[in-house]
Amino acid sequence: MQTECPTCDGAVVLPAGTEVSEIISCSECQTRLVVEEVGDAPRVEVAPAIEEDWGE
Amino acid sequence: MSKIRLGLLHSTIRGDEKLILQAARDRGVEVELVDIRTQIFNPETYRANFKVALERSVSTVKGNYAIRFLEAQGVKVVNSSAVASLCEDKFLTSLALQAQGVATPKFALVFTYEQAVAATEQLGGFPVILKPALGSWGRLLSKINDLDALETIIEHKEVLGGPQQKAFYFQQFVDKPGRDIRAFVIDGQVIAAIYRHSPHWITNTARGGQASNCPITPELAEICRQASQAVGGGILAMDVFEVGGGRRGQGTRNGRGGKTTQPAGFSINEINHTMEFKNSEAPTGVSISGAIVDYCIRLAKENEK
Repeated sequence: MQTECPTCDGAVVLPAGTEVSEIISCSECQTRLVVEEVGDAPRVEVAPAIEEDWGE
Repeated sequence: MSKIRLGLLHSTIRGDEKLILQAARDRGVEVELVDIRTQIFNPETYRANFKVALERSVSTVKGNYAIRFLEAQGVKVVNSSAVASLCEDKFLTSLALQAQGVATPKFALVFTYEQAVAATEQLGGFPVILKPALGSWGRLLSKINDLDALETIIEHKEVLGGPQQKAFYFQQFVDKPGRDIRAFVIDGQVIAAIYRHSPHWITNTARGGQASNCPITPELAEICRQASQAVGGGILAMDVFEVGGGRRGQGTRNGRGGKTTQPAGFSINEINHTMEFKNSEAPTGVSISGAIVDYCIRLAKENEK
């Protein structure tokens, strides 16, 4: 699966087993991305910014 | 017996959730991914397709609401709302540990600068640690070394902070030996532990602390068992201080005059109810994700009885 980074338009390859909502990084511009769709028409968006109540 | 079905409550999926998913699939568990951000938690319309759920939301607030809602629908959620509500709040965690006589650093909660000065003296003076009672990833922790810094930080919080930031949770500073311990505890049993090494007084791996395997001694296992019991059990990650060499915390006494039964040498700092563990499987050689799923399987089987 391959799509484009919304920030730099670089190619983003989604390996097999990638899940919707998974956080990945663009290999070209390092932007944190969230996977919105997988399958025939994969799509990623810029990941949501870290919020105050995130994490352990 | 029918296939075990597990609800996995999540928001963004991190490496930790990927490991859990893989462990569940390896064990033949059917996982229903529930992105809580896309749900409508309306009791008149929502129908859960699982009887046991594992809560893995990166957002504490959203995760807690999801737990409460699903519990109201009769779903057994790990961790429970009772455990989550204690562990999300450092002051409540400290109170629960102290009530059960589990060694933990001295602490106090105040609402004004004047009380902060007095509390600092009660906790042994400077340096003292100020933490948000509700906080994560080591953010906004302050090691306050003198009165000037205390005054400045309190003033900033009073002027700029939200209501939660205006409840000042103080903790005795514990002089660590360049490391602390993160123990992974499931159903009261330590399944793995790491040292978190850092030259900085904050050792969170989220802040750059380096992990290495920590042996599980009987003393470590025992204090973690008691701490787990104090907050209600489940799947927990405990931050543990080594306090040997005469450095002991409040846990040497239970605050009511009675001596604790804790082994010397450890003190429970914090307990996390949505543990992050992906970087701890390699140094420990333990499949923490597998142990999490195994625990959920046990609960699901008990639920069917």
